[in-house]
Amino acid sequence: MGFEKIIFYLFSALLIMSASMVITVRNPVKAALFLVLSFFACAVVWLLMEAEFLAIVLVLVYVGAVMVLFLFVVMMLDINIERLRAGFISYLPVGIVVALMMAGMLIWIVSGDGSAFNNSVTHNADYSNTRELGRVLYTDFLYSFEIAAVILLVAIIAAISLTLRRRPNTKHQKIENQIAVKRNERVRMVKMKAEEKK
Amino acid sequence: MKHFIQFIKSLFLLELIKGLSVTGRYFFKRKFTLHYPEEHTPLSPRFRGLHALRRYPNGEERCIACKLCEAVCPALAITIESAERDDGTRRTTRYDIDLTKCIFCGYCEESCPVDSIVETHIFEYHGEERGDLYMTKEKLLAVGDKYEAEIAQARAQDARYR
Amino acid sequence: MIEWITSVLSFLPSELVTVITILIKIVVIVLPLMIAVAYLTYAERKIIGAMQVRIGPNRVGFFGFRMFGLGQPIADALKLMLKEIVIPNNASKFLFLLAPLLLIGPALAAWAVIPFDAQLVLADINAGLLYVLAVTSIGVYGVIIAGWSSNSKYALLGAMRSAAQIVSYEIAMGFALVGVLMAAGSLNFGEIVRGQEGYGFASWYMWPLLPLFVVYFISGVAETNRAPFDVAEGESEIVAGFHVEYSGMPFAVFFLAEYANMILISGLASVMFLGGWLSPIAGLAPDSVFEIPLLGLLLGNGIHWFFAKMAVFLFFFLWLRATFPRYRYDQIMRLGWKVFIPITIFWLLVLGIAILAGLPPWFAAT
Repeated sequence: MGFEKIIFYLFSALLIMSASMVITVRNPVKAALFLVLSFFACAVVWLLMEAEFLAIVLVLVYVGAVMVLFLFVVMMLDINIERLRAGFISYLPVGIVVALMMAGMLIWIVSGDGSAFNNSVTHNADYSNTRELGRVLYTDFLYSFEIAAVILLVAIIAAISLTLRRRPNTKHQKIENQIAVKRNERVRMVKMKAEEKK
Repeated sequence: MKHFIQFIKSLFLLELIKGLSVTGRYFFKRKFTLHYPEEHTPLSPRFRGLHALRRYPNGEERCIACKLCEAVCPALAITIESAERDDGTRRTTRYDIDLTKCIFCGYCEESCPVDSIVETHIFEYHGEERGDLYMTKEKLLAVGDKYEAEIAQARAQDARYR
Repeated sequence: MIEWITSVLSFLPSELVTVITILIKIVVIVLPLMIAVAYLTYAERKIIGAMQVRIGPNRVGFFGFRMFGLGQPIADALKLMLKEIVIPNNASKFLFLLAPLLLIGPALAAWAVIPFDAQLVLADINAGLLYVLAVTSIGVYGVIIAGWSSNSKYALLGAMRSAAQIVSYEIAMGFALVGVLMAAGSLNFGEIVRGQEGYGFASWYMWPLLPLFVVYFISGVAETNRAPFDVAEGESEIVAGFHVEYSGMPFAVFFLAEYANMILISGLASVMFLGGWLSPIAGLAPDSVFEIPLLGLLLGNGIHWFFAKMAVFLFFFLWLRATFPRYRYDQIMRLGWKVFIPITIFWLLVLGIAILAGLPPWFAAT
């Protein structure tokens, strides 16, 4: 067994373990941390498949930013586990259907003639995955790339406008004005004679 | 216009650079640190350090157990018990200062009519256990005997202003 | 050196030899780094002391000689190692002890792709810049987990502040790095440095990317939670922030991680903006200068220039700490989102135009 295979099985096992912990562990913060771990293991498996750009971006975006905000929210909230579990039975049929569909798709692909796997090409160390990806994104798929970017921008603006509440009567600090204050505007130097003793 | 100048100033970090230049200048200044165990700052003759009980030149202890110091002590650090001695004078049988309570205000010294209890210039004393900082009459007298020359000199220097 | 080790270990299976040689390389990088971290704490105390007209530590030395207090970091390390590790009640023990490791791991792992010299780099990978960004972004988990697992309100508040701050400044930092990547046209650090060759210090990316350079360094200070952006520690408000509950060796690891991160930011800044190992006069001075026996070696390109540039940045870190009062939390957020990100985006536009126009000497078409 080669070195790569050892790493592959190690991190695949880690991925499966942590992914199942995400849905079984009771504490939401720990669940989020297991999700981070599974992203990480996933990134390593992707690295083995020579998808280093995607692997690094997975760590950078999901681990480095998205999950931090997730944790941020989860840590602030006091989530009641009992209430969450109450609807378990009623959601079960839908869940089972989705799970069966996923499993069926996986089995269909894996048990196929293997054409989905055999056309993977190995490259030399000087082959830059990032450069190729960038070239494809900005030439062949330029329109879909730009449309995706615009959709994201719309989503950002929508999220901001949904949460933006104008409350004209509240007082809040205007930092620009605070910074621009000069000493002379706030402090007045007064010259006084010393009081004489009587 | 004022806002524009302010904007330019903050964009180019001019004020921050000004601040950095101040600390940068101080970086090269001569340092004032005193190398303590080898060097000492000069002490005033009025310095209030460890307490001592003084004696008259003939060896008689000065304290007459008037208990003024006990009364004036704001930290209630002084405990005095007195009795008549064989020669008919009133003397202390117990004179304790708890240094862990003492705030070194110097009121005891001020109140003493016979200059018996004084605060010396000694500040480098220590105790290895709590009891070591509970000064009994014997310990206080021993301090007084040991440093009588310095104590007397400090009192003489300060006598003009009392 | 590596060939010699592989030949000595040739009786072992080849996978094991690979692992061992990689481990040796890691040790060769990490050990000097740890010593540098230790002496950075000493430098910090000396430099800040000097700026406050004090002299700093000057007592502890070696073998009875004082040597300006050079033994101080060793003594501090020994003291922290011997102290008890206190674990708070109801703290989640595993996470509590994992957190410091999560903080120091990325700070050390990122060194794998940083070129010390034209040849000296552990892993010369193509996506080096992205790798560094990704790895350093993991560090925030150390802070969050430390804050959450120590079961203390101050720690949690510190972790919250730190998480928000690091995530915000990572965006500005990322944009600044996008500028570097546009200028160099590569994510590989070796190529980034080689792109700055030519007219000595004049062709460093520092000049065309000056606003991004400043933004990068200030964001770096914020990323490492150093003064004046140290609200995560905020000793006057929330005691010590995320590491209140830590003592002994775990605390020491937090301490090491902070300084290792400082060194990392300095190293990255010198590679990306100051031309890494390149000499400031290479390409400007006549070739005969570099042929003078010893002086020429000193003035030519080499690892010593990389270290010198890093030292300058580290000095700045300490200088900033000695000078500025702590930012208020909302001001930090304002600076990150409303000042740095617009500046970087604007400058990316300017940079794009400059690259299109082939502005010499940096972007002249070759």
